[in-house]
Amino acid sequence: MNKTVNQKAWFLVLPVLLLVAFSAVIPLMTVVNYSVQDTFGQNQFFWAGLEWFEEMLASDRMWNALGRQLMFSGIILAIEIPLGIFVALNMPKSGFWSSFCLVVMSLPLLIPWNVVGTIWQIFGRVDIGLLGYTLDKMGISYNYTQDIFAAWATVVVMDVWHWTSLVALLAFAGLKSIPDAYYQAAKIDQASRWKVFRFIELPKMAGVLMIAILLRFMDSFMIYTEPFVVTGGGPGNATTLLSIDLVKMALGQFDLGPAAAFSLMYFLVILLISWVFYTVMTTLDNKGG
Amino acid sequence: MAKITLDNLAHSYMAKPKSKDDFALKELNYDWADGEAYALLGASGCGKSTLLNIISGLLHPSQGRILFDDKDVTQSSTADRNIAQVFQFPVVYDTMTVRDNLAFPLRNRGEPASYVAARVQQIAQMIGMEDVLNKRARGLTADAKQKISLGRGMVREDVNALLFDEPLTVIDPHMKWELRTQLKSLHHEFGHTMIYVTHDQTEALTFADKVVVMHDGRVVQIGTPQELFERPEHTFVGYFIGSPGMNLIPATVSGNSATVHGAEVALGQHYGALSGDVKLGVRPEFVTLTEGEGLPVKVRRVEDVGRHKIIRADLFGNEINIVAAEGTEISPDMTRVAFDTAQVNVYLDDWRQQGEAA
Repeated sequence: MNKTVNQKAWFLVLPVLLLVAFSAVIPLMTVVNYSVQDTFGQNQFFWAGLEWFEEMLASDRMWNALGRQLMFSGIILAIEIPLGIFVALNMPKSGFWSSFCLVVMSLPLLIPWNVVGTIWQIFGRVDIGLLGYTLDKMGISYNYTQDIFAAWATVVVMDVWHWTSLVALLAFAGLKSIPDAYYQAAKIDQASRWKVFRFIELPKMAGVLMIAILLRFMDSFMIYTEPFVVTGGGPGNATTLLSIDLVKMALGQFDLGPAAAFSLMYFLVILLISWVFYTVMTTLDNKGG
Repeated sequence: MAKITLDNLAHSYMAKPKSKDDFALKELNYDWADGEAYALLGASGCGKSTLLNIISGLLHPSQGRILFDDKDVTQSSTADRNIAQVFQFPVVYDTMTVRDNLAFPLRNRGEPASYVAARVQQIAQMIGMEDVLNKRARGLTADAKQKISLGRGMVREDVNALLFDEPLTVIDPHMKWELRTQLKSLHHEFGHTMIYVTHDQTEALTFADKVVVMHDGRVVQIGTPQELFERPEHTFVGYFIGSPGMNLIPATVSGNSATVHGAEVALGQHYGALSGDVKLGVRPEFVTLTEGEGLPVKVRRVEDVGRHKIIRADLFGNEINIVAAEGTEISPDMTRVAFDTAQVNVYLDDWRQQGEAA
């Protein structure tokens, strides 16, 4: 049977095209526009070519921020993923306490970012905060506005507190989907607890864990509000992560051109890392299958 | 290999069972002889899997004891009991190769590598998977996965018993027959005690030396396939085994004759006074449609199923099935049925009554 060719069908994708254009393409293009021009005010722009990109790539400022950002994402992933799995493994599997745990663990996920920042900002204060005060009274020097280590510890612990639940909930969903027969077969086969985890639970959780790692990577790589509220990027530039630096540059110093070049590169880095990660994981997943 | 004794065993999934109905498995005493092949037959939800899981130690019974060779193992773990069990749906370790899957139970017990390799090869040959040993298990079809599960169940030589929980549900019909034959030859070769759960009577009758029929959490009869066919101890066995099942006809019995709606039926044995729900049970194979003598019936339908014909008829408002040989002509004058007197069983409240020789 011959298919009827009807080019009018293209009109059907028009609404979606428009929506995507207004929500993503056009805003992105304005950024591209800024990144290749310079201005001295009064809304007068002139062509700058790739100058801003060259300048940003040559500046230590962006590289340092990128280094701090990679370290931050690396640390929180290294804590949140194993911790989330551990929590999920030890949660009650059914009944009242299971629901109870789920609700309690979902609570941090429901709190707005700047509220989380404020909670920890106050919690860590030496004069009135429960954590800061207790540590101080125990003789441990803790001051996140002065001490680089304390600032980093606070920001990392805050993120772990805020987001480990997400990993745990996803891992728990993965665990719940494993039929009982697998555990029974493992008992019959006399597998140790570790082998049950390694050969049954981990493979069955692999799919959701990949989503968890991707989500946590992207979110942590773009993190802004919480560290901004707690440390403001300090002490010095110690916790100035990429987006904090970007906002400082674009809105603080009003360097639109460099900031636009910066954000484009930032965007490409996230895209690149996510793509590499996804490709590697799916390839590993299908190997020999 | 071991003799398995169930002593006063019962199980309820409720914490505090109140009445008999709360028990998924009602009180049971039985010895599973060492080296025999048993089939556990019954409808879904009759307690077969519960019994199997209690024997393998996945479930601990709420009452009674289990003994392996007279040693109490009621509280022992599955590992200590050294049992192999194959489940209804394939369980394979996805990330492992077929070879590693088969070797897994042996490696967990710390067997030497050379023995493991040889044994895996042997099992792979038995289940016909030698050429895919290095493939990952995840990409295989459901029946290939189930063969791996079966192989993993058989790989240990020293198990006390091999338990199968409806293992051929996902397998194609022709493969089913082949695997069942292999299981049987395996049984002849190694003499493991085997318990095979199924709801398929053909599977049960062809696999086992002895068939255990369960109904509503209770074992209603244990016997050879022939015994189950000829002398069903319980009406459930009568209609569950056989196709179609046994005809059950309400009657009153006295001496060596029964009365069905005023008509007399001769019995092969002599019975005392029976009070309660009395029924006659006759297999369709032992009922003949006749022109002259017997009880009046109305033929509703004749089904030709190839090797024989099944006649569905109405006897005083009860459905009655008759099996007639392939070439039998059914004429409109055949309006009566006769029973093979020696094959008429009498049931009181669903249990078969043993009469005295007449």
